[in-house]
Amino acid sequence: MSICKKTVTETAELLRTRKISADELVKEYFDEIKKKNPDINAYVTICEDEAIKAAEAAQKIMDSNNDVPYLCGIPMTLKDNICTKNIKTTCASKMLEDFLPPYSATVYKKLLDSGTVLLGKLNMDEFAMGNSSEHSIFGAVHNPWNTAFVAGGSSGGSAASVASNLAAFALGSDTGGGIRQPASFCGVVGLKPTYGLVSRYGLIAFASSLEQIGIISKDITDCGIIMNVITGHDPMDSTSIKRPAEDYSEGLGKNIDGIKIALPKELFGSELEKEVGNVINDTLKRLESRGAVLSDCSLPTIENAIHAYYIISSSEASSNLARYDGIRYGHRNERAENISDLYRKSRTEGFGQETKRRILLGTYALSAEHQDELYKKALKVRNIITREFRNAFDEYDIIAAPVSPVTAFKLQENLNNPLKMYLKDVYTVAANLAGLPAVSIPCGKDKKGLPIGIQLIGKPFSEKLLLNVGKQIEMEAGRLEII
Amino acid sequence: MNYDIVIGLEIHSELKTSSKIFCGCKNEFGGEPNTRCCPVCLGMPGTLPALNKRVLEYAIKAGLAMNCRIAGFSKFDRKNYFYPDMPKAYQVTQHSLPICYDGYVDIDVGYETKRIGIERIHIEEDAGKLIHSSTGQGSLIDYNRSGVPLIEIVTKPDLNSPEEAKILLETIKTILEYTEVSDCKMQEGSLRADVNLSLRPIGSNTPGVRTEMKNLNSFRAVQRAAQAEAERQARVLDSGQKVYKETRRWDDHKGESLPMRDKEEVMDYRCFPEPDLPPVYVDEDFINEIQASIPELPGMRRERYINQYGIPKYDAGLITQNKVLADIFEKASEVCGNPKLVSNWIMTEIMKRMNEEGEGILHSYLNGDNFGQILLFLDKGDITHAAAIQVIDVLLETGEEPIVIVERLNLRVQRDESLVANTIKQVVNSNPQALDDYISGKKKAFGFFMGKIMAELKGRGDPSQVKEILTKELQRYL
Repeated sequence: MSICKKTVTETAELLRTRKISADELVKEYFDEIKKKNPDINAYVTICEDEAIKAAEAAQKIMDSNNDVPYLCGIPMTLKDNICTKNIKTTCASKMLEDFLPPYSATVYKKLLDSGTVLLGKLNMDEFAMGNSSEHSIFGAVHNPWNTAFVAGGSSGGSAASVASNLAAFALGSDTGGGIRQPASFCGVVGLKPTYGLVSRYGLIAFASSLEQIGIISKDITDCGIIMNVITGHDPMDSTSIKRPAEDYSEGLGKNIDGIKIALPKELFGSELEKEVGNVINDTLKRLESRGAVLSDCSLPTIENAIHAYYIISSSEASSNLARYDGIRYGHRNERAENISDLYRKSRTEGFGQETKRRILLGTYALSAEHQDELYKKALKVRNIITREFRNAFDEYDIIAAPVSPVTAFKLQENLNNPLKMYLKDVYTVAANLAGLPAVSIPCGKDKKGLPIGIQLIGKPFSEKLLLNVGKQIEMEAGRLEII
Repeated sequence: MNYDIVIGLEIHSELKTSSKIFCGCKNEFGGEPNTRCCPVCLGMPGTLPALNKRVLEYAIKAGLAMNCRIAGFSKFDRKNYFYPDMPKAYQVTQHSLPICYDGYVDIDVGYETKRIGIERIHIEEDAGKLIHSSTGQGSLIDYNRSGVPLIEIVTKPDLNSPEEAKILLETIKTILEYTEVSDCKMQEGSLRADVNLSLRPIGSNTPGVRTEMKNLNSFRAVQRAAQAEAERQARVLDSGQKVYKETRRWDDHKGESLPMRDKEEVMDYRCFPEPDLPPVYVDEDFINEIQASIPELPGMRRERYINQYGIPKYDAGLITQNKVLADIFEKASEVCGNPKLVSNWIMTEIMKRMNEEGEGILHSYLNGDNFGQILLFLDKGDITHAAAIQVIDVLLETGEEPIVIVERLNLRVQRDESLVANTIKQVVNSNPQALDDYISGKKKAFGFFMGKIMAELKGRGDPSQVKEILTKELQRYL
């Protein structure tokens, strides 16, 4: 078995027992990347020289130090909207095609401090707007299970890289399902933590009140180990929360007797493909046999979540993306006549269709004339949804649902129908509106052989519980591996 | 027709916290362009704001000093518009829930006291500065000011003359200086005002259409701009036309204002809650702590000077208008022990220099201690009035101690009786004509002798001593 197939836990063990050195390991990964990336298109930047140097440094630490961080020498990769000092961070946009951040994101610093090695940066939907990773100046990400299909999005590169063993783990960002849905499409674990648990400092903003940096990993245990590194209060992010540290990798797989799992009927609607529904139901039954208590429930307002989500996220995006004006950095039209012309031409050329669509949508929703009927109403819906979740969590421990009504769809299939595309986020956006932690765990495949994921949503800061129940699912379904 | 003038001010004041509002960069005026900035205040992709707690504290302090209520819950909003000096393309401000509201400031208009309502005081960030190239080759941007904390003080439309507008601005400036939340250097733009003005026919209650004049950065400009705008609106209304709601730019050199943007174009700032900053909760303890740190304010101080030092109301009012000056007065009074003398000298010699050279002299070598020492020499008769002025001049130039100046320039009054008597004898003897005049009853000759003697003593004679000995000397000839 290729060493690249191994989990973080297994790889760390090999490194610790000197079965392989960190630099050898990194070279293995680059061989794999060179072989497979042309078909998958997960990576948009490869940091081979830097990574080999970093791996040699990590090896030195392991050779000379007794107090070695657990992740020392582990090769990992980041979605290209997470700032890496002096390494291109493009958001898959022409606007930032040559952007070299002058600083590093907090999560990246934390990962460097724990000795991990950055292999490169990952493809995505431009500015994280999309759920298929097709809206990228670098071209679409292809699903490693079948390259005719999408990898999901917006963290499609993150999910595809982990699924095709081009990194031991990856970080992505989840604004409305951007980690969970591609994880589901690619058959890997994807966790969106509670809002405020992981610093957003250095995550290039799309929708600030919704998005969180999260993890895509090969299994649940890896996910817990990485959580231990990336969580924690950050004074640079005022929305990050101060709370005592937890060990997310401890106690996984322990008894789930009596855990109450609710199934909101609104998240098992008519849009859910039968095949996906069946696999989810089977998975739930197996959880029941392991001691979980299943109940039906209702979160009535969640049916409006998708509308509220697109209004709020686009509104925030219209403001967050206003800074790309061609003045200080990023794409700039050189033939502009005056300042407004410079703005107009630079932005017209620098942003892709989908990004422009969202900016326009958001500008409209925030305009004095329409703010009350759109933006403010969406905020009200958001509050009601949050309250409905809170009430549900008074009774239940976990809410279970599909991640997506469908498995991966064909490349190009939905590109010309943005509304149809938006509606596919129907099961994932609510967790972002309410700031709740949610995890996607592979639980089966459809007839086409494409992975299906189940989603577990918890109350704020219940990641440990989610991972523990997730571990049970993983133990039942096994890891999905591409042969 | 005759009109009532209705004016409200929006006053922007930079807070003098040591760092900027959302990052650790130094909050200082000037500096090499773009040396006091970082990814946060440059609005680089992915950066986030972290509120400087000092900014909150200073804003609350200003609010309490202006009798405002402090919001236990307030929040920040984004005001979106494109301008190259604003790196995020939005300004973080408090649009819907300001930190301070519902206050007032009392101003003195002639002999009357008038209460002006403060609608709100909110916190916001300043933008960078555009530097237009003199060659016409594009513009440059300096972001050193980007992220400097500001408060915006919005008054109620309670002002009814350009003079009142000026007085209110002066009063608020004094309060901000006293509370030490801003250094109010108007020439550096750390205090600037927008004037909102409308007219309504006398006796009418219907408010007129108002215009806004932006960024006036001197008291004079505020008064002149308001005066000119009131006159302009009166002309427009008198000719049967309408005043448009618009923003105008005041040209202080030409003494006129012009519309800033197209009337048709209404700005839509698309304000919405800033998602990167949590709401601000302020508790009673924090407010009480700040309340306790507020020093004696100008109005209170003025009353105390009148009662404690017995100086005239007018003098007390002028001196307390400037905190540094008032501090100098108090210290000098303590050192010299004669507050009335100190007050007289401030009203004459110091004010004269402030008018000629600006307020800078209060921040140079002059302080309450050395000023008091000079006046103590004078009060004890150790130096003359003329010498005291000379010492002040030298001190402002060199910063030497008064005693050093007095000794170095030999300014101490000459009291050696035999020396003075000899000088007098000599002068009387060498001016026989004047002596004859004196003997023949022309008393003017006495003054002539005094002048000659004082000149002979190089201005250091003690006039009363000279007068006494001279009288005796001349007596001998009568």
